[in-house]
This record gives sequence, C-alpha cells and structure tokens, in this order.
Amino acid sequence: MDLSEIYTEIIAEHNKSKRNKKQMENPTVILKGRNPSCGDEIELALKVEKNIIQDASFTGVGCAISQASTSMMIDLVRGQTIEKAQLLIDTFLGMIKREITEEEQLEILDEAVALQNISNMPARVKCAVLSWHTLESAITTEEGKTSESSQSSH
Amino acid sequence: MSNNYVNDFPILQKTMNGKRLVYLDNGATTQKPLSVINAVQEYYASFNANPHRGAYELSVTATQIYEDAREKVRKFLGAEKTSEIIFTKNATESLNLLAYSYGMTFINPGDEIVISIAEHHSNIVPWQQVAKAKGATLQYLYVNEAGILTDEEIEKKISSRTKIVAVTQVSNVLGIINPIEKIVHKAHSVGAVVIVDGAQSVPHFSVDVKVLDVDFLVFSGHKMLAPMGVGVLYGKEQLLDKMPPFLSGGDMIEYVWEQDTSFAPLPAKFEAGTQNVGGVLGLSAAIDYVEKVGFSNIEQIEKELIHYAIPKLQQLPFITLYGCEDLSKKTGVISFNVKDIHPHDVSSILDADGIAIRAGHHCAHPLMQYLGVNATCRASFYFYNTREDVDALINALGRVRGVLGYGS
Repeated sequence: MDLSEIYTEIIAEHNKSKRNKKQMENPTVILKGRNPSCGDEIELALKVEKNIIQDASFTGVGCAISQASTSMMIDLVRGQTIEKAQLLIDTFLGMIKREITEEEQLEILDEAVALQNISNMPARVKCAVLSWHTLESAITTEEGKTSESSQSSH
Repeated sequence: MSNNYVNDFPILQKTMNGKRLVYLDNGATTQKPLSVINAVQEYYASFNANPHRGAYELSVTATQIYEDAREKVRKFLGAEKTSEIIFTKNATESLNLLAYSYGMTFINPGDEIVISIAEHHSNIVPWQQVAKAKGATLQYLYVNEAGILTDEEIEKKISSRTKIVAVTQVSNVLGIINPIEKIVHKAHSVGAVVIVDGAQSVPHFSVDVKVLDVDFLVFSGHKMLAPMGVGVLYGKEQLLDKMPPFLSGGDMIEYVWEQDTSFAPLPAKFEAGTQNVGGVLGLSAAIDYVEKVGFSNIEQIEKELIHYAIPKLQQLPFITLYGCEDLSKKTGVISFNVKDIHPHDVSSILDADGIAIRAGHHCAHPLMQYLGVNATCRASFYFYNTREDVDALINALGRVRGVLGYGS
C-alpha cells in the first residue's frame, strides 16, 4: 500500500479545512451518522428549500478520510436538487464498491474521485462512506417531511 | 535485534508491506507459538473424538486431554478444585454466564452492582442488562486523573447495598493495575461477591485466585498465546453450586425426563454441548509456554519496554499520553494520541511501515467519555516484543503528521 495514494494532498486539505465544518442556523434537517466500531461521529445539517439543497454543513469528530469525504460531499451537493444529490450519492458509493469505474461516469464527483483508492483499504471504506449514507438518510427524511406536509395540506 | 522468543512465533517472521511485522496489538490478541499451533494440529490429527461420551479408546483419550487441561488451568490459577474451572469460549462468555446465572438469580430490586469506569464493554453491558431486568442500580468506581482507583472511591461506592463488584484487574486502555486486594477486602466486608476480569492481567503476571480471595475470575485464552475460542471461568465451588445453568443441553445433565431434568455436577453443569477440545489443548500448551518463559521474566520484559518507550514518546511534542504518570502499577500498554491526527489515520499510516497498533475506543466507550477523548491509539506489548519494535514505532510516529500535511 502506498500512503500517498490514500492521503493525497486534496484529502489532507479538506481534512484541515473548516469551510464546511460549522453549525448551521435554521437547518431544515439534521442527522447524525456514526461508525460504532471506530467512534467516528458526524452531524450533517441541510437547508432544503423547493427541492434544492440551499446549504449544507457538518460538525463532529472523525479521521481524515471521513472528514475529507464529508467536506467534499458538501461542496458537491450545495446548490443541487435532491435528485442530483441522489445521483452523486449513487455514483460515489458505486465508485467505492468498484461497480462504477468509467472515468466519464465518475466525472461528476470532481475532487471526491480522490477517494477512489480507499477501496484498496477495506478497513477504511466505512470512514469514506459514512457521510454519504448519512446524506441519503437525511434526504429520505426531508422527502418524508415534504410528502407529509403536502398530504396534510390537502 | 530480536529476542529468542520471536523465533518460536511463525507469524512474527512475516513481512507486511515489505517491512518486518512489528506487532503491538497484544491487548487485542497475542500471536501463537509453534508449540500451541502444533498442539491443536496434533489433537485433530491424532486424538479427535467427542469427550465424555464414547466408550472407545479415542473418546477416552479426548476426555483425558480435556480434563488434564482443566487440571493445568486449576494449578495455573491456584484454584483448589478442578470443579471450579469452567471452560467457555472467551472472557465475554464467562462474564455473560455470571450475569445471567448469578446476577439474574441473586440480584433484587434496590441492590447495587459496582463496576469501574475502566471496564471493557464485556464487563459493562451484561450488568446493565441485569440491573435493568432486576431493578438494581449500576454504580461506577471512577478512576482519578492518573487513571488510578483510590481507596476513598472504593470505600465510598461499595456499601451494604452492594451485592456484586465486577472489576477488571488491568485496564485494557491504560494498562493500569487495579488494587484488587483492597476491593475484595471491602466487598467481602459488606457481603458482596467479587468478579475479576482477568483478560488483561492473567497473560501478564501471576494471578492466584486463592491469594486474592476473589469469588470469580475470567480470562480469554487468545490473549495469552492460546487459540481463539477458549476462555475460562473460575468460581468458588459453593457459589457455582447454587447457580442455575447458563446454557442447557447435552453433557450438562444427569438425567432428563419428559418434563424435567436433573443437572450434572460441576463443572459439567456449565459446559453444555460439545466443547472446543482442540482449543483447550492449545490453551494447555500456551500455559506450558508461558510458564517456561516465566512470569517474573514476562513482567520484567514488559516493564523494560515501557520504561524505554514512554520517555521517548514524552520527547515527541505532538504526542499526548494517557495513564502514564505512574509506571509502577502498569503492564505493557501505552495509550496515546498524535496532535491533529485521528487514531485511525495514525494506525493506517503506521501499517504502511508494518506496525500494527490498535486505534479507536477499545470497547470502552464510558472510559473514553470520562477521559474526554473520542478515541486513542494503543500500543500493547508482550514478552516477544523488543526495543527494536519500540524504535520502529517511534520512528514511524515521527512521520505521521507529515503525511497529512501538518508540520512537526
């Protein structure tokens, strides 16, 4: 294993960056993600309005892989529709599972492609996917709320 | 420079990522010497049969092997009778046996179960279950800032309401040795039984259950050179006798009628189903090996390693150590953190140099919360470790921050 394949500059940068790591005022959904086996714990906050993720941020503790993955994910989904966010989630998880390998298909992941090599480190895969699974659950929660409120308005 | 013991351990000859394997995760499990591997292999090649059952020679031999191992464990722990030695699959199962058989039977509403904040989850969760089911209270003995259980804390928390005191002899996170004699003295003065988790002590120094006067003691074979899947429960005969069986089925019965069963006497009462006889023979070979090395020697080697490693770690400005103030009551366990770097990243980076350490919460969430840390790195030694292993660790730690773009 070559460390420089895993701990790339872009991952080190996102790990140190506090740009997306902050409390959000008035989020529409907050969800905790946990890796019980290693103690990684993040709290993801989203502000979803009219089907668009207007803002996203996170707080919590974790390793460089999970912190960088979360930060990159937030950069990618901010300003995107729920459907686009879901496509990004599916593409990222597909990349980690090595089900998606075509460069063209991975292009939408932009910097997050830097985490592709994590699939060579089985012990760390769960660190990379934590925030993405949390986002998926948050979106589902948000959609549930929308359908509930639209139902009750009828 | 390796010591002579290294040659007895095939896995320690391996290279990892092109580097010599530096195995510093002995608190999780130890490596196995060839004599243990051969004993298990020989059992299945030459003696395998179901003990206590067949009236043919192989089964008689398997029974003999199994019961000889029990006698060896009895002597090893200084117990009075072989009926007081129960084979389980590990310390966790032994503790569950005690929680479900002793705890669920003898704990009543309002009683208190006392454990320490430095317990492994295996000595916390079963007692939470008992406390919830029986309306009892779980009380914690808190360690002081140095990780030590003080006399005052023991005096304060163990009271006339206390019925069970379940404590680890050595913290798996900090390696600090708890004052078991004092705890036993106080607990017995209020009529409570004492359960000692010996998972991190029995492999590292001589433990005599009669000298300590503990009521129960558990340990795992795999943390002491034996194969995984073999553990031990020691219990005083009069206590084991009044406890109901934990698991029921074959081999633990005397006679079974349609609606009722009379149970076998000790130790069979607690050994339902076919046991891990090959593993038990491995444990027997492990005890032989440990006794050949000698506990005074093992203690000496581990002491020298921490006295060599800790001052070196203290010289690194980016290292925070936990529970390293007093090295006189400590086994070969060092918990630490690297500034700005999560333990999992430290572990991955060290792995690239062939160095295996543990990173995370070490199955001790309450202690981590109490220490105010999310996770730590843990290097844990055994007698086959060397100064060269410590040097490799120190050198590799010097590179960790650089990998993630931090200055030293």
